[in-house]
Amino acid sequence: MKVLILAEHWIIHHSIPVDVWSVALINFIKNNFQGFFDVLSGVLGFLLGTTTDVLKAVPALVLIVIFSVLTYLFKKSWSLALLVFVALLFVLNQGYWEPTLETISLIIYATIACMAIGVPIGIAAAHRPTLYRVIRPVLDLMQTLPTFVYLIPTLVLFGLGNVPGLISTVVFVVPTPVRLTYVGISNVPRQLIEAGLAFGASPRELLWKVEIPAAMPTILAGLTQVIMLSLSMVVIAALVGAGGLGEPVVEAMETVQIGSGFTSGLAIVVVAVLLDRVFRPAKESS
Amino acid sequence: MPLAAQFDRVDILFPGLVQRAARSRVEAALRDLDSGKSRSEIIAATGVVVGAADVSLEIEQGEIFVIMGLSGSGKTTVLRAMNGLNTISRGRVLIRHGETMVDMTNPAPAVLRRLRNEAISMVFQQFALLPWRSVRRNVEFGLELRRMKAAEMREVVDKWLDLVGLLPWAEKHAHELSGGMQQRVGLARALATNADILLMDEPFSALDPLIRNKLQDELLSLQRSVQKTILFVTHDLDEALKLGSQIAIMKDGRVVQIGKPEDIVLRPATEYVAEFVRHMNPLSAIRAASLMRRINAITTSDRTCHFVDRAHYQIRLDVEGRLAAVHCEGMELTWREPDADEPAQQPGLHPDIHPDIHIVEADRLLKDIVTLRQQSGHPVLVRAEGKIVGFCGSEEIFSALTHAGRSEFRDALTAVG
Ligand SMILES: Nc1ncnc2c1ncn2[C@@H]1O[C@H](COP(=O)(O)OP(=O)(O)OP(=O)(O)O)[C@@H](O)[C@H]1O
Ligand SMILES: [Mg+2]
Repeated sequence: MKVLILAEHWIIHHSIPVDVWSVALINFIKNNFQGFFDVLSGVLGFLLGTTTDVLKAVPALVLIVIFSVLTYLFKKSWSLALLVFVALLFVLNQGYWEPTLETISLIIYATIACMAIGVPIGIAAAHRPTLYRVIRPVLDLMQTLPTFVYLIPTLVLFGLGNVPGLISTVVFVVPTPVRLTYVGISNVPRQLIEAGLAFGASPRELLWKVEIPAAMPTILAGLTQVIMLSLSMVVIAALVGAGGLGEPVVEAMETVQIGSGFTSGLAIVVVAVLLDRVFRPAKESS
Repeated sequence: MPLAAQFDRVDILFPGLVQRAARSRVEAALRDLDSGKSRSEIIAATGVVVGAADVSLEIEQGEIFVIMGLSGSGKTTVLRAMNGLNTISRGRVLIRHGETMVDMTNPAPAVLRRLRNEAISMVFQQFALLPWRSVRRNVEFGLELRRMKAAEMREVVDKWLDLVGLLPWAEKHAHELSGGMQQRVGLARALATNADILLMDEPFSALDPLIRNKLQDELLSLQRSVQKTILFVTHDLDEALKLGSQIAIMKDGRVVQIGKPEDIVLRPATEYVAEFVRHMNPLSAIRAASLMRRINAITTSDRTCHFVDRAHYQIRLDVEGRLAAVHCEGMELTWREPDADEPAQQPGLHPDIHPDIHIVEADRLLKDIVTLRQQSGHPVLVRAEGKIVGFCGSEEIFSALTHAGRSEFRDALTAVG
């Protein structure tokens, strides 16, 4: 019995300095690559800020009409266009127009970044089984790690603002397009690959003319999920100062204001429903 | 005829030698193969599957070479060695590309791609069309990979779509077409590249019998006009006999017999082949030359001969051996010489001409002869190289249908062939 207690004490008092190491790692990165992170932060911040400013410069009602018309052109559905129109008017009415624009530009860049990073990685993984074996645990980790855990190093490296919000969103969301692209490319029917080979396609032609088109429905399903998952990060992004629709939620939480907590939450739901309806892939008839 | 492709003692094992990890197992399997072990013994001992063993083939330019055999006999394996979809474990495969013969043992990727671009194309059993592309864009596929200019491509594709009768469907997608039409798209896609060699792996097996028959006829008439070399895989002897100018029969990865359709039917090399032949449909396999009774044997010095087929017939030939007169029970009959360009496979019955007695070429099929015999009520005369060489009466037709009297066919065959 005594031995066990002694052993326990020994274990507790000789803890492995993982915390120290992680601080050292982050400091190392900060000290050696700060320039890189500053540039990245500057570029992303500029893009996000400019996009938001441009959106804000357009009168709200004009923008609402533009969004509705785009929806109609994209989906060929009057009812959906009408839904977009009414829902956005409601958001404006509740006083959440500017945060909505900030959120939209954050989602736009998060989606672009996630697809630009995730799709090529997914393709590479589908072509190289060993690569997939390596990255799969990393993807699992990125999705299971509580977001707050990597929020702190992100803050250290990028400071407060919309850039760390964007980065955290990308870290959380990027495994999804990787996975779906991987699934899509690895499930291209063997026959189609062989048809490509039999007509003399080079590996690159095979990718562009056979594999990617065949996997497109799955990749597009990934896109929809990326948009929705990015939106789900708005509150967390607001915690690191990214603004947007998450901000009034955080404020309401801190000051326990039931009314504004409810309306800001409702605004997020409305935007979520809109994005889901507009970007959900059309059901194929075949 | 120059060769389009040549297989020289080819073994194809799975996994192939390219997979390093399996090398020693494959080499052990090759040794076992040489020591005469069977396929199942080799799988049990080494886990290596023998797809094809000791296959030697010579495929001439412009012929339809058929590979036939039961499921798992290695037909697909051999076919796919032609365009490098399967790698060759041992032996040599040579494929003609223009004036040169390309060695398929270990071709450089660029050489292989050019061969597949230009010299050899493929039609798949399950069509393998690209579902996101229209019919036209599917047919363009091979040309696009060859970087053909858009305008030229359009012209070529239009021509082939027209030839397979799908021009009105050009903008439709594959899933909007029936199976038979989809396979025509597959055919047009393969033909459009203007490759000299066409590989077809059971292209008609997924189709119903009527469509299959129609596509077979279309393939034959296409073949007559474009003169491609076709390597055709089937498990159906009737199809093989109808299409093939040469037939190779495979069993357990080995070729058990190669020969002309008549050789296979009349001189099956093994019991396995004979079993196939017993189950074939003689109507579309046996040709006039094989079933007729020869006339020269009974022609007298005055170039007249007599025979009985329900009634008494008298035939007189001119000096060139052409028909000069024919009488039935003393009554003079009319006839019509078949046109030289009349397709041998189609019945080719002129609906508006009704001669009393029909003359057919020696390669006409039994089913046509039955029709003509029944229509006219007279025996059918057989012509070879412009001469009347025999006749098919009801007795000859019945014995052919019941597979009797094979030895007689043999005589007739040597006389004509
Ligand atoms: N890629 C492969 N890997 C392993 N074994 C294979 C492979 N391809 C073919 N085989 C084996 O080779 C043998 C011959 O197969 P093949 O596909 O050539 O037969 P087939 O005559 O075309 O039959 P079917 O009429 O069913 O298409 C079979 O035993 C099969 O299991
Ligand atoms: Mg097969």
